[in-house]
Amino acid sequence: MPRLEALNVTKVFGDRLFSKRRTVAVDDISLIIKEEKPTITAIAGESGSGKTTLARLLLGIIQPSAGAIHFGGQELAKMNRQDRKLFRRQVQAIFQDPFEVYNPFYKVDQVLTTPVHNFHLAASREAAQQLIADSLRLAGLQPEDTLGRYPHQLSGGQRQRIMVARALLLNPKIILADEPVSMVDASLRATILESLMKLKREMGISLIYITHDLTTAYQISENIYILYRGAVAEVGSVEQVIKAPQHPYTRLLVNSIPLPDPDLQWGGEPDVEAKAAAPSVSARSMQGCKFADRCPFVMAECHAAPPPLYHTNADRAVACYLYKEAEPVSGRAMAEYLAA
Amino acid sequence: MGSEVQINMVGDRVLDRDIHVLEVRDLRVRYQTAAGPVRAVNGVSFFLRPGERLGLVGESGSGKSTTALSLMRLLHEPAIIEGGEVLLNGVDLLRLSEEAMRKARFADISLIPQGAMNSLNPMMKIGEQLRDTVRAHRLTDSKATLDGHIHTVLASVDLRADIMEAYAHELSGGMKQRVCIAMGILLKPKVIIADEPTSALDVVVQRQVMETLGRVQKELGAAIVLVGHDMGLMAQFVNRIGVMYGGKLVEVGPVRDIFKDPLHPYTRLLIGSLPTLQSKEVFKGIPGLTPSLLAPPSGCMFHPRCPSMMAHCAVDVPPLVEIKPERWVACHLY
Amino acid sequence: MKTATLPGTTSYNAGSTRWGMARRGLAFFKNNRTFTFGLLLLLALYLFGVVGSQLTSPKRAEMGANPLNLRPTVKDPLGTDGLGRDMFAVMVIGIPNTFKIGFLAGAVGLVIGTCIGLFAGYYGGYADTLFSSFADVMLVIPALAILITVSAYVRVVTVEIMALIVGLLAWPLPARVIRSQTLSLRNRLFVEVARLSGANDFEIIMLQILPNLTAYLAASFVGAVSSGILTSVGLEVLGLGPQNVPTIGRTLFYAFKYQALFRGMWWWWGPPIVTLAIIFAGLFQLSISLDKYANPRLRGADRG
Repeated sequence: MPRLEALNVTKVFGDRLFSKRRTVAVDDISLIIKEEKPTITAIAGESGSGKTTLARLLLGIIQPSAGAIHFGGQELAKMNRQDRKLFRRQVQAIFQDPFEVYNPFYKVDQVLTTPVHNFHLAASREAAQQLIADSLRLAGLQPEDTLGRYPHQLSGGQRQRIMVARALLLNPKIILADEPVSMVDASLRATILESLMKLKREMGISLIYITHDLTTAYQISENIYILYRGAVAEVGSVEQVIKAPQHPYTRLLVNSIPLPDPDLQWGGEPDVEAKAAAPSVSARSMQGCKFADRCPFVMAECHAAPPPLYHTNADRAVACYLYKEAEPVSGRAMAEYLAA
Repeated sequence: MGSEVQINMVGDRVLDRDIHVLEVRDLRVRYQTAAGPVRAVNGVSFFLRPGERLGLVGESGSGKSTTALSLMRLLHEPAIIEGGEVLLNGVDLLRLSEEAMRKARFADISLIPQGAMNSLNPMMKIGEQLRDTVRAHRLTDSKATLDGHIHTVLASVDLRADIMEAYAHELSGGMKQRVCIAMGILLKPKVIIADEPTSALDVVVQRQVMETLGRVQKELGAAIVLVGHDMGLMAQFVNRIGVMYGGKLVEVGPVRDIFKDPLHPYTRLLIGSLPTLQSKEVFKGIPGLTPSLLAPPSGCMFHPRCPSMMAHCAVDVPPLVEIKPERWVACHLY
Repeated sequence: MKTATLPGTTSYNAGSTRWGMARRGLAFFKNNRTFTFGLLLLLALYLFGVVGSQLTSPKRAEMGANPLNLRPTVKDPLGTDGLGRDMFAVMVIGIPNTFKIGFLAGAVGLVIGTCIGLFAGYYGGYADTLFSSFADVMLVIPALAILITVSAYVRVVTVEIMALIVGLLAWPLPARVIRSQTLSLRNRLFVEVARLSGANDFEIIMLQILPNLTAYLAASFVGAVSSGILTSVGLEVLGLGPQNVPTIGRTLFYAFKYQALFRGMWWWWGPPIVTLAIIFAGLFQLSISLDKYANPRLRGADRG
């Protein structure tokens, strides 16, 4: 049975009675993470793509406007206290580093003692100390180097690992990592990605890796969802999506990666760029494809209705009319297929 | 490994190797903190040829941003420029009067700051801010000539003239960064310092902004110092790279040579740690921590983390020397 | 302008010992001259009341206890008023009473304001709309008008009742400040982390949000005390304050009523006015120094 499922979730902000503006932050996205086989699934997109909103939906921090998040077959919104608490323990998160995740008022210990206390993880003070020390060591830290300090007294890498330790305390099945390395220096980035891989390999934890960086997404994940303005543009295995992108937006993204090799020049397909260089003006053309106003291959039908996902390869689907010869596939079926 | 001497092309002319538009000699900057003095920039020397693109890379705390800001003399308390020379066409900027330095900023050497959103005045229209920048240096221009000039510059960074009537919050991040580029080139400086100009932008916008910056820099014939931590961006943009570690330059060389044949162990590990699309699930981080500048290691700053550490590395500070043409490195291995 | 980052510049044991904390406290007063000055000003005034009350008896502050209209002498440093009260005794009793009303009113206003601000800011939505509009309406209605009405109805006004009445109207300003800060804090990542760690709303408000509002609470408290003193003095000057004990405002009320100004009795109207001036000078110093911490736009100013 699948563990964590987002089924056709949509999140609309500013949908209240008196507000004028509506923003569709997440538009009919389905994503499935199964327990049997630990995987890393990347959700990639630029700012405004809805990736953070999707993460918050998956964590149950906000409620979807339509569709549902299920955990262990039960709908999150309808769970009782007991099940909700279990969900909290089993689905945890790691955030982008800076100080933001730490309350500047407290020592770092506080982020570790809070879950121990709230989930009654330890019977005594000593047991709690032991548990915290163990999880710090699992995250590659020495308790005596980290405990009793304020967040600003630690390095970025130490702060990030404490967040990993916090998640590990609860012995979760799924960890959602929201841009875990974007604020970390290059030399540390590799080390932290390595420890995320370890969580999968050695502890059997599935990860949802949320990022704007396609290079690291390629390196650690099996499957990837490329989001554009809240909707899935392309989804599939990283080998397909990043190595041979099909959606014009994915191609633009991949071409824009500044590769650390002076001989691999930026750019490439000039026709993709010509139009994209103009900042998109109208955010109004919402009934058709969201990329239409930037797309060099735009056709009449692109403005009429949003394209469905077309199953172009065995393990990839693209939401673009350029591939309408292929079999259309529902987002849910595709998610099911990738999770299997 | 013999690195072939390359010919750097800028526009269509070959660089004259011996002309230096900017020369920094033994720059030292100290921060006075409650816990003691911190040598953020500790004897940095480099030069910049006309029209050249030099990248200054380093991790946080390596002193790259402090170096950039001290070239503009924009550091303030608790940072103190302790010593050194910053020669712009032979004139030492560090010895100029405050007034002369104010005149030199933007006109001779300009800064495109990190986080454009914070460097634009939210209460002033973009046009006013651009006009002010020019007026601070030239009082004579009429408003019509002034605006004509500003329109030309805006067009060169792909912005429409009507942006002059906008306030900063009405613009996207990429547009704000373009405004900052426009401001930086408004007075046709000879040297542009760009301090992580795209760190807050998405990749697509980043590429577009960098391409614009590259184009206007070429048109202007100005030299540029790009400060940043993103090796990918450096690989795509600069001619030469200076790698900083713990307040010092550890290696300087042409971009291709640095990527293909890094000499300093730190550069080697740094380049090895970069994620590429060639391999999966292989991660090589650099063990250890960045040095505390309060209690810096003796000898070479990198020796506690260095895989090729030798006994005297902990004692002697290696100087930055040119071990073969165009390749400078500060390491006892050479 | 962005300043470059400096890793490894933090000292790991600063402030961890009791001595270190005392030293940091001392450093705070040393670095915040305005704050220290304002505090000393208020403290001096309060001490004047406390010490002075040992030197005289409250009896002397009663009507007819002394000869009328005496100029200040060495024995009676502030003379007596037109009703035979020893002005020194009146001030010595009046100053602490005025302080008491101000602080009580400030505390009542702050507690109510903080609760409403936290609630409205944290939950947002309709609760927020409701409370914010209510607070805005309260801010617009002249408090004095309400107070005059209420005071006129309450028969015997004691110092405590006075403080309560004033305090009940002093909450909108703190509520607004606390609400806006809560609004920004509740979206901070550490609140989300606490929620993922199983904390409930009450724990998040009390343990995550409230401690970060310390500077705002202090600034709001000073503001509430100021407005509390100002309103209470205003009421007293109109003759609506506590009737049975002397306060600064009531002394002014009598001074005006018996035309001390025209009779040249400066020792009658002078001391209360000087006292008020000192109180507000002190509170002003406190509030501007706290503003530096509570107002992020001023915060960077002296740090560079």
